[in-house]
Amino acid sequence: MGLSMDVKMAWRNIWRNPRRTLLTICAITFSGMLLVFMLSFQFGSYETMINASVTIQTGHLQVQARGYHDKKQMQLVIGDTGKIVEILQQIPQIKAYSFRALGFSLVSSMDRTYGALVTGIDPVNETGVSRLKQLMRRGSFLTPGDLDRALVGSLLAKNLQVDIGDELTVLGQGRDGSIAATVVQVKGIYSSGIDEFDRASIHIPLEYFKEVYDMRGAAHAAVIIVNALGEVPDAKTKISSALSDTDFHDSLTVLDWEELMPGLRQGIELDLVSGMIFYVLLIIVVAFSILNTFLMAILERTREFGVMIAIGTTPGRLTKLLLFESMAMTLVGIFAGILAGCLVTYYFQVNGIDLGGSSELLGQYGISGRIHPKLSIWSISIGPLAVLLITFFAALYPALRVRRLKPVEAMVAV
Amino acid sequence: MHLQLAWRNIWRNKRRTTIILIAVIIGVWSMIFEVAVMRGMAVSMIQNGISTLTGHLQIHSRGYRNDPAIENRITAPEVIENALEKVLPKTAKWTFRVRVNAVASNARHSSGVTLLGIDPTREALVSFIGTSISSGHYLQKDDYRGIIIGEALLDKFNTKIGHKLVIMSQDADHEIASRAFRIVGTFQAEMEGTEKQYVFVTRQAAQKMLKLGESISEVSVLLAEASQHETIAENLKATLPEDQYEVNTWSEILPFVKAYLQLFDGFVYIWYLVVFIAMSFGIVNTTLMAVFERIREFGLLKALGMKPWWIIRGVLTESFIMLMMGMIAANALAFLSIWALSDGIDLSAFAKGVEFAGMTRIIYPVLTLRDWLNGNLIVLLLGLAVCIYPAAKAARFRPVEALAHT
Repeated sequence: MGLSMDVKMAWRNIWRNPRRTLLTICAITFSGMLLVFMLSFQFGSYETMINASVTIQTGHLQVQARGYHDKKQMQLVIGDTGKIVEILQQIPQIKAYSFRALGFSLVSSMDRTYGALVTGIDPVNETGVSRLKQLMRRGSFLTPGDLDRALVGSLLAKNLQVDIGDELTVLGQGRDGSIAATVVQVKGIYSSGIDEFDRASIHIPLEYFKEVYDMRGAAHAAVIIVNALGEVPDAKTKISSALSDTDFHDSLTVLDWEELMPGLRQGIELDLVSGMIFYVLLIIVVAFSILNTFLMAILERTREFGVMIAIGTTPGRLTKLLLFESMAMTLVGIFAGILAGCLVTYYFQVNGIDLGGSSELLGQYGISGRIHPKLSIWSISIGPLAVLLITFFAALYPALRVRRLKPVEAMVAV
Repeated sequence: MHLQLAWRNIWRNKRRTTIILIAVIIGVWSMIFEVAVMRGMAVSMIQNGISTLTGHLQIHSRGYRNDPAIENRITAPEVIENALEKVLPKTAKWTFRVRVNAVASNARHSSGVTLLGIDPTREALVSFIGTSISSGHYLQKDDYRGIIIGEALLDKFNTKIGHKLVIMSQDADHEIASRAFRIVGTFQAEMEGTEKQYVFVTRQAAQKMLKLGESISEVSVLLAEASQHETIAENLKATLPEDQYEVNTWSEILPFVKAYLQLFDGFVYIWYLVVFIAMSFGIVNTTLMAVFERIREFGLLKALGMKPWWIIRGVLTESFIMLMMGMIAANALAFLSIWALSDGIDLSAFAKGVEFAGMTRIIYPVLTLRDWLNGNLIVLLLGLAVCIYPAAKAARFRPVEALAHT
């Protein structure tokens, strides 16, 4: 009598009461399906949020002067951009990079004045590291050779009451603290959906920025996009080790998106932790719901087990048999759950979920329109594995209880 | 009599009843408790939004909300003052403000801020600033040079109390007005963004700097009874000339908080339903078992002339008692855990993430009557509904077959 016989016996036993078994399997399927969907949903929206923020604002990585990220001081610059280009070109993971320079300035139209962050961008390379070009709503993107042209955020343009072709006066502080002033013409208006960005930023050509703000060839950041999110740590290590071989290893540093946007990272963690609490509670409710089935399966078969023990079945084998029974139900439920979960998730992965009235709210986090859940090996396995683990513990109690049966008493039980 | 019967039937199998009770207790507890925590999150978001310079109601000059520029100012505040005195209940507090976009700078830094000119005494009753001074002192009524800034801005500018800060903005004549203030105090807010955004001076100082005369930008009203805000807004709209002034409630001014609330309301019901479904499989299964092991008994009862309807009633009564027991225990547990957390759940470990999500750092669970009732009703009504299936099964046993069943 081998293992296969025990498995066969367990399988037949669970179908002695099909209604009960089906209900139990349904409970497990339901929780498995829900967890696959929810985790895919969460991971999918995180990825959308990260990608949106990365390609609108920070890039995956940035090389900056040490301290620039915290203090945003004009004089903390990357002096030798040529050397950085050499380093970045050596690293295979890097897909694109571009330099930027930034300065907070007063921007005025005919009769309005607002403070805004003026960013100098390289019209050609910028398209590789950000979606700014795709976000243009009116007018057109900067082209090489443009000088006193500016792209303006849609809300800022509305506040300043300017349109394409209008002039803006920009007044800021140069690298050495001197006054930087110029007049630029609005060439395009962009809208990212993130109000904070659209309300307080304008972009001008990097070369022109350097001239106006007296940058003497320097920039504030090298913005880097790597091939895939997962390659960020690797690329980061390579850049910092390349930097440490140069003369300016003390003055420059490389920051990843998590350091550049600590709020996004922690927001994701917070959401994950609160999600986990929900899921654990849910699984515990499911576990208690099905514990009864496992328990009944032995209580109503006391006589049967008494006979089995009497004819020489060891308690160990009985425990094993019962665990096979409950695990068979669990596994059927879990696979059905994974399958159903994948189908439901895949449907929404393709079609997206419309959150209706809250789409403007989600726009602030970079999620535009619909949310697309995303199936991954993690989102498929974590939830069902947790269900498996907890139901196993729920099954353990009745399976171990059966060992306490005394054959004679058990056989006379009703 | 049939209550007593049901009660005794339930305890015929103590272990089974206990297990299903535990499932119900954990399920209902998690419904009530988690929703209270989430509701607390939403409530603290609203409260924070209202106290961060919104108030329950705001009055602006028509056009200001679309274009918050100095042109769209209220030039005759006395008209509004009269209207407020006529309409508002005695318990309501209100204040006038000058509010403009400005640039703050010192020798090394500059940054965009919102400059607020406030009446120190009145403002303290309406918004957070009166209770949020963390060092230095609050503005005095006749302080023409003093400015209060957030701690985060103080850090960012690498400056300290007593130092100068230059504020630049556009004045009423479209000229750039610039004036040096002395930092007299700092404030701490729920969100770092608030600390970086707002700087406060006295209303007279702002009016003088911006050549506003007696004009103001906005009126903020805080009511003692938040629920009245819509009726009072209507009354104010009726009293004030419509072509000159706009009256807005907090939910119009903070559309994201409102959108979040709607999202949250939907979420509550999804969560209730999910937990209920998880529980219901156990409830149905247990009731089914309880019915099937009593086939002979039901057969006998029927043979003795019991009507099928009575059997259904009997089984449903058992389920009802079981659900009620679980719910009472779960509610008691939920009240206890909410009470235990009444000092708030501190999310400071996620401070940056909390800020990103627009929440506050400390969350106080809030159990509203509606959430509580809905949670319990869902469990009770749907719980009984799913038990109709096993009960109907019991009612349909044929006496002869059932009696022959072993």
